[in-house]
Amino acid sequence: MRSIDLTKTPLRELNASLHEQKDGTNETEWEVLNPRGQHAIAVGLDAPVTVTVRGSVGYYVAGMNKHATVIVEGSAGPGAAENMMSGKVIVRGDASQYAGATGRGGLLVIEGNASSRCGISMKGIDIVVKGNIGHMSAFMAQSGSLVVLGNAGDALGDSIYEARLYVRGSVKSLGADCIEKEMRPEHHEALAALLAKAGVTDVKTSEFKRYGSARKLYTFNIDNADAY
Amino acid sequence: MLATMCERGPDSAGFAVYGAPNSGKVKITLQSPSAEADFADLAKTVGKAIGADLKLDVKSSHAILTCPADKAEEARKAVREKFPSVRIMGAGDVIEIYKEVGYPTDVAKRFDLAKMSGTHAIGHTRMATESAVTTLGAHPFSTGPDQCLVHNGSLSNHNNLRRDLKHDGMTFETQNDSEVAAAYLTWRMNQGLNLGQALEKSLDDLDGFFTFVVGTKNGFGVLRDPIACKPAVLAETDDYVAFGSEYRALAGLPGIENAKVWEPEPATVYFWER
Repeated sequence: MRSIDLTKTPLRELNASLHEQKDGTNETEWEVLNPRGQHAIAVGLDAPVTVTVRGSVGYYVAGMNKHATVIVEGSAGPGAAENMMSGKVIVRGDASQYAGATGRGGLLVIEGNASSRCGISMKGIDIVVKGNIGHMSAFMAQSGSLVVLGNAGDALGDSIYEARLYVRGSVKSLGADCIEKEMRPEHHEALAALLAKAGVTDVKTSEFKRYGSARKLYTFNIDNADAY
Repeated sequence: MLATMCERGPDSAGFAVYGAPNSGKVKITLQSPSAEADFADLAKTVGKAIGADLKLDVKSSHAILTCPADKAEEARKAVREKFPSVRIMGAGDVIEIYKEVGYPTDVAKRFDLAKMSGTHAIGHTRMATESAVTTLGAHPFSTGPDQCLVHNGSLSNHNNLRRDLKHDGMTFETQNDSEVAAAYLTWRMNQGLNLGQALEKSLDDLDGFFTFVVGTKNGFGVLRDPIACKPAVLAETDDYVAFGSEYRALAGLPGIENAKVWEPEPATVYFWER
């Protein structure tokens, strides 16, 4: 295992070393010590490596991640796993604003709570939050799934497109055009698969409600098609 | 904490330190662009004018004037009359305010921040957006006794509010939006509200983005606007409560590994009093 101490090694050097890794690399296990809230730790990875960060991190940890697994043994600042393409990011503590924002693929697991705007504009990423999420989460969410084992804050799924939201606890309020939807067998199946991927074994899919788009906003109205 | 936040706001810095009270005395923080000339005889001149024995502790461009509480108003008036280039940054039983243009660590060094002590303190590093980079535009803003405010964000209704507050007798030193927020809270507290109630009211009356940290003689409060774009992190242990714009500012605190670290909720008033 390569161990890098950020009190001794500059962040750019860490990220450059990680960027050198290619598919098939032998150096698959990395640990980062003393992150102390630094920004942009392990961003832009593009190789099947596992990076364990031992402590709390600042903005944009594991942003734009591809193929890699990044584990944060602490809490994450704003923009965790922002625009992730593939791979897996696990935050053992809480995540700040806009975790998983604009993500196109991969899995983001937040074991604590996520604050506001979790999964904003998500485009294919799967997000599993074991705690609660804050207001305006999944705003304009386009595709992918957001699973919340706790409660959701105000305006969940405002202006949502095709993303699927599963919430086990309460929802403080739904955003514009977001409605509760029936949990059909295929949704139980998809949710069970997501929970299994996130290592959640002690909850049943029947405890969740599903939310999604009512498809009533401007974009969904066929009469507006001739505006183009 | 201040040093780690330099890159968030490199143009100016300031801090309010709530030190030990001095029975029957009030501390007035003064600032002058020509400190040497102004501060040389200030204590003597003002003391003579108001008939009191005054003490002046000079720290770079700032100085703390200690004067009997019952003479404080007269002292302020005399300072304004006899030393027109001197600005009054704040006053109170315990508060001292230092702020200047410059890189935050340089500003802290200039005032020897590391040697100061007190019950609580608020620091700020500024990246100006709504008004000029000047000493008076730096935070904290103090608009009432032992009160101060620092602000991350921008207010959109500050011009209207400033006009309303002026009608009610509040005075302003700058065109800065944050000063309006400070004055608003002072105005509310002058009406008899406590800090928590004043912050609660500000949710109705202030429009824009904000995370505020507000200091009073006995403690401090935190408030984020309902959208809560502007970041905020709190850390609590049995020994302290600490606030930062992000975790980096808190990472060096003793016992942070076991502290309760959390984000304040939007549109929710928090305050701690001793």
